[in-house]
Amino acid sequence: MAYLLKGARVVDPQVALDGIMDVFIDGDRIAKVAPSIDAPDAEVIDLSGKCLVPGLVDMHVHLREPGYEHKSTIESETRAAVRGGMTGVCSMPNTDPVTDNGTVVSYVLSQAAAAGYCRVFPSGAMTKGLKGEVISEMGDMVAHGAVAFTDDGRGVQGAGMLRRCMDYGKMFGRVFMSHCQDEDLVGEGQINEGVVSTKRGLLGWPAEGEELQISRDIQIARLTGAKLHIQHISTARGLEMVREAKREGLPVTCEAAPHHLFLTEDAIDETFDTRFKVNPPLRTAEDAAALRAGLADGTVDAIVTDHAPHAAWEKSREFELAPFGMTGIECSLALVLTNLVRTGEIPLARMVELMSVNPRRILGVEAVSVAEGSLADLTVFDPELAWTVGEGGYESMADNCGFDGTPVIGRATDVFVGGRRVMADGCIR
Amino acid sequence: MGTTPKAVIMDETAVNRAMTRIAHEILERNEGCDDLAVVGIVTRGDLLAKQLVDRIEEIEGVRVPLGSLDISFYRDDYLTHLAPEIHETRVPFDVDGKRIVLVDDVLYTGRTIRAALEALMDLGRPSRIELAVLVDRGHRELPICPDFVGKNVPSSHEENVRLYLKEVDGRTSVEITDVAAGSRVGSAPLGGE
Amino acid sequence: MAFDHKHLIDIREYSDSDIWKILETAKAFSAVNERAIKKVPTLKGKTIVNMFNEPSTRTRSSFELAEKRLSADSLNFGGSSTSTVKGESLIDTVMTLNSYKIDMVVVRDKHAGAPYIVSQHTPAGVIDAGDGKHGHPTQALLDLYTIWQHKGGFEGMKVGIVGDISHSRVVGSLAPALKIMGAEVFAIAPGTLIPPAPEVLGVDHVSNSLDDVLPELDVVYMLRIQRERLEGAPFPSLREYHNLFGLTRARERLMKPDAIVCHPGPINRGVEFDSYMADHPQRSVILDQVYAGICVRMAALYLLLGGSDNGLSA
Repeated sequence: MAYLLKGARVVDPQVALDGIMDVFIDGDRIAKVAPSIDAPDAEVIDLSGKCLVPGLVDMHVHLREPGYEHKSTIESETRAAVRGGMTGVCSMPNTDPVTDNGTVVSYVLSQAAAAGYCRVFPSGAMTKGLKGEVISEMGDMVAHGAVAFTDDGRGVQGAGMLRRCMDYGKMFGRVFMSHCQDEDLVGEGQINEGVVSTKRGLLGWPAEGEELQISRDIQIARLTGAKLHIQHISTARGLEMVREAKREGLPVTCEAAPHHLFLTEDAIDETFDTRFKVNPPLRTAEDAAALRAGLADGTVDAIVTDHAPHAAWEKSREFELAPFGMTGIECSLALVLTNLVRTGEIPLARMVELMSVNPRRILGVEAVSVAEGSLADLTVFDPELAWTVGEGGYESMADNCGFDGTPVIGRATDVFVGGRRVMADGCIR
Repeated sequence: MGTTPKAVIMDETAVNRAMTRIAHEILERNEGCDDLAVVGIVTRGDLLAKQLVDRIEEIEGVRVPLGSLDISFYRDDYLTHLAPEIHETRVPFDVDGKRIVLVDDVLYTGRTIRAALEALMDLGRPSRIELAVLVDRGHRELPICPDFVGKNVPSSHEENVRLYLKEVDGRTSVEITDVAAGSRVGSAPLGGE
Repeated sequence: MAFDHKHLIDIREYSDSDIWKILETAKAFSAVNERAIKKVPTLKGKTIVNMFNEPSTRTRSSFELAEKRLSADSLNFGGSSTSTVKGESLIDTVMTLNSYKIDMVVVRDKHAGAPYIVSQHTPAGVIDAGDGKHGHPTQALLDLYTIWQHKGGFEGMKVGIVGDISHSRVVGSLAPALKIMGAEVFAIAPGTLIPPAPEVLGVDHVSNSLDDVLPELDVVYMLRIQRERLEGAPFPSLREYHNLFGLTRARERLMKPDAIVCHPGPINRGVEFDSYMADHPQRSVILDQVYAGICVRMAALYLLLGGSDNGLSA
């Protein structure tokens, strides 16, 4: 199948491109990029007024399968990802059974292939069963297609254990992604420790509980030489530690999620809305501002959603009993366009780095650019389309989106994965 | 609230005269003031009750026990109306075996009196309860009949009959007003409109 | 003045005049509770469910008695038979109760925010009878009533709350309520028992020394130390806690001559205070608090279940 994409504004900082271009896709690759192309046999798609960028990748997503199909499935969430403009996602290993061996990795990949929406780059557990006790079979998982290691949902509690994981696993060249949470300090913490936790009578989850492990993990990365990626960073001081590590030249990267960029602990009012119960918790306005500054200055490498589907009945409970996490993969692009690009906080090219280029680089998967010969994983969005998050429902099986009802501008219309047009003008295949 | 005075049916002299007569009638009916006590229903009956006690003292030289009764907790319209403003119930004597004269300003449907009877009974077991009212305006909805009446005043449902007292309103009179939509029926608020 | 509340969940939603109205109504009910016949027919025909999802004997008994003395039909729902123990969600339980055609739910739950969830799923009114570490508004009201009866008012009154400030549902309502009424609030505890931002509760001063603050206080409010929660040890021993934060005969000389001592009960003799202070005939008002509980709960039920303000007929 060949497509001729005409008249889109093509933005790709990797090839210093920002202008109206035609893009010719032949098979799974881009055949040509030029101001004007004729391709008589190709299906012509008029993209005037729209933007075309290298396909977006959300490198922090909970697909819940296997084991938690009542929350969501690989099929439902990769479909939701496509609706949000994603061409690929990195799946988290806190499944049941835990993704800590090659068999589960294979299962995830086969389900993703069968669904046929976007790519899934599986991450595998650093330790068996996410217990922080025994190194998982990293080699086996890499052989079956795992791209990274993480115990996401928990931090590895022992510094010595983390060191063993890194020292052993670094031979595979993959990145170690850290969920930073000192369990002894955080305890049963529910929301950011401070004004709101006091008001609501909920146990506090102090910023220091995250910062302690960010600091420790950076030091273990220095000790071992392994690549470290800090997941869903949420505090200003934590970000400063990453900034310092980068200045030192350590192989440290980090990611931030829209809810930590655009929401604060003040969202948790006397209604105890469990959609705002996330881990790490929503922090203060100062933390959110620091993270947004980090996006602009290059300290934050990637924007991810930590998309965490839960069944409605699981979330409609007492706050302390509800599980952590919110969904967001269908609106992250729109939120970034609305709150960062339109406001001029970051240029469009920086968004492409944060949501496409860097995630691929950190995960060590094939780079994609809008250039001849590149894999045709492309995202097209209408930068002026105004809509409301959640209107008409979600593609995700879950609706625990903390941005539900938020008016936004900009939405993905077309997604190409390996040359296949999985979403056409807002309609998924 | 929107009430227009229509007619003054009792002026201060008439009210005083009626109260004096009622005091005499009470003493006559009860053959003196042994075991007698007077209890007024807030928020005007209690003031009238005090006047009666004063007059009885003038006539007999004896000060009979005086009490005031708030019937909020016993109203039958609590469920449809706002929890009414509660005033103090103060009955500083043992009601057991007493002959109690219950005093209210204007007798209308009789529901207030029913509530007052229940409230009084919950305080103990009086030997007898009699009812004194300054004005009986008719329209009873319960089988309740006053023993002492200052004045019978035929009225319609569209009218409000209210007592004003010098102590709280600056003037003493009984007035008929038209009921404006949404305004309250019953005793005038303390301190006038 | 209209009393415009359907629920009693967050005391911060009540103005000083709302609270005064409850206290004054409670005073009227106090007269009822002093009579031989301690019952009025006011809530005849109303159904009130006491939904106690965690064990509580005192608060439930107090509510139950208040309901009975108002002639309401009350139903105790919860305890070990609670369906939430059987896996039913709170919302499903509430919907089941709705089918009984109820007028009021009194909710006690170990999780913060549960009364709000209940209020979102029932047409009935909701009273928070203690939720997690969040709030306990009727406790705050009975404390206010007791302080009012003993001290005559709140303006400028210095109230010191001693003990587990950070895990106390009592403080979650009492401190804001005291602020609303114009009192000055002191929190006295070791650092392990002070919440991250006490000022948002209405605490004006934080101290680690009872001896320093005691001479200033008009009201000393001792919080219960939950022996059962001492795992994870916020202090080394009950003995040391008692030495530092216990109200004892020796400390009494530091108190103002007319300062009173409150405690939400049940008390731990030898921990929060010694028997001399717990039983102090002039200072200890602990049993008055228990009595006030009945009165303010009657008042709250009476005011919350009242209808709209018009047409009182004589």
